[in-house]
This record gives sequence, structure tokens and C-alpha cells, in this order.
Amino acid sequence: MEAARTPQTEAVPAAGEGRPEGPVAAALLATGVGSLVLAILVVIAEANESFATSLAYSDRVGPLSGKTIWAVVAYAGSWAILAVALRGRRMNLRAVAVVAGVVLALALVGTFSPFFELFKSE
Amino acid sequence: MDLSSREFWALIHGIVLGGAFLVAFTGGLAGFYSLRPELVTAEGISERIRRLSIGTTAMAVLTWLTVIVGTWVVYPWYREDIPESPRSKLLANPDTKDWHEFAMEWKEHVAWIAPLLATAAAFLVLYYRADLIRNPLARHVAMGLFVLAFLVAVVAGVLGALITKKAPVT
Repeated sequence: MEAARTPQTEAVPAAGEGRPEGPVAAALLATGVGSLVLAILVVIAEANESFATSLAYSDRVGPLSGKTIWAVVAYAGSWAILAVALRGRRMNLRAVAVVAGVVLALALVGTFSPFFELFKSE
Repeated sequence: MDLSSREFWALIHGIVLGGAFLVAFTGGLAGFYSLRPELVTAEGISERIRRLSIGTTAMAVLTWLTVIVGTWVVYPWYREDIPESPRSKLLANPDTKDWHEFAMEWKEHVAWIAPLLATAAAFLVLYYRADLIRNPLARHVAMGLFVLAFLVAVVAGVLGALITKKAPVT
């Protein structure tokens, strides 16, 4: 019983140990892809009125419907593709996280209204 | 004390789902913070992992529900092309038009990044489970996604509350 209360002191797994990072890389990169697709659609829709109108799959919701549907499709689709492509692969999780972080930062800038309104069509 | 259908759904979107989201975040964050080898006993690991899995999965589900209800149920009432809609009222007054052009335009887009982040965080927890305690990098990445999802949702939530104060959906 005493041993069961002992805090865990197992060593950090070395590279090549533990579960493969491929599926995690797929999730991280898909998050970046979905977010970036949303940001790109937001900027293009702001710059081009007819493109924005074409995204209005729902009259009630307007262009936001198309932007979000395509972002979710990009997210789910890229995750599915990357999950198959990276299944069982050992990867540098730190490098993948940095790449995903940079893409996410771009997406956050792209969805910031003072930024995308710079592209507003007259 | 009667609520219209629109007020009811605005309440579901902002208060009910938002409140549950805060609870899920708090539970998840406590789970992440305490998931360190020096703090957890062998018998505590399975309990911590179970709580963390529930917290992160609940937060992901709640975030999806919040943005779906917000976009497809409440937002159409906000943007109705009639003079009485919140959007029309805000844009009609130069003193309040920034609440739409800055706040709502930011909120309605950035909010959709939160469920993507929260889902990825939940996936990492469910994928690594107990291995998360021995893998600080994976734990930090999962916690980063989780906290970022929360911060994005907070931006959207606070802006939504302020917009509702200026021009409520009724």
C-alpha cells in the first residue's frame, strides 16, 4: 500500500519511445490548416463582394455560413488525410508544434477585424 | 420574467453553454496542472487521467455547440435586414457602429478557431492518456492548445456580452 502512494518518478521517454507522434502531428497541423483556411476566406470575402456572396449558403447566416463550413471541411479533411499519411510515424513533436503555432498565429491575425478590414472592397 | 424564444436561445448560447464551458475549462486546467510525476501517485494517475479526459472532451463538445448555436441560431436574428435588428441599430449610430464593425466582425470569425483547438487538445489527452505524465512536451502542447482555445473563446464571449449589452437580440 505504501508503494502505491509514492509519487511517480519514471523517466521522461527518450526519442523513439512511447506512442508515435504521427497522429498528434496530424491533429496539430489540421488545426492550423482549418484555422488558416478560415482566415484566408475571411480576407478574400472582405476584398471581393461577389466572392462573399457566393459563400452565403444560408440566406439567414450570410457569408459566415460558407466561411465556417469550408473551414470545418478543411480541418476534418486535412486531419483525415494526415492521420493516414502519418500513422505510426515518429516525428519531432516540438518542430510540428512550432509550425502549427506559426500557422495559428497567422490565422488569428487573419481573423482580426482591423486586419481583414484593410482589404475591404470599396 | 418571460423570455422570448430569441432571448432563450441567446441565453443558451451565452450563459448556459458559456457557464458549462468555464466549469469544463477549470476542471481541465486543474487536471493538466496536477499531472506531474512529483504530484501524482500510481493510484492517482487513472483518476487524474479520467478527470482530464472528461474535462477536455466536455470543453471541446461545449465549444462546438456554442459556435454552432451562435452562428446558426442566434446570429441570423442579430443580422436581420430590418431596422430593429441589433446590427441595424448599431450601424445606424456613428457612436456604436464600431461594436459591429470591430467587435462583432472579430467575434463571429475568431470564435470558430476555439473548437478546432479544443478538439485537438482533447485528442492529445485521449491519445496519450497515462503516457502524458511521462511526456512533458506532449503535456505542454496539449495544455497550450487547451489554454489557447479558452482565450479565443473568452475574446468571443466577452465581445458577445458587450454587444448584447449595447444591442440585445430580442
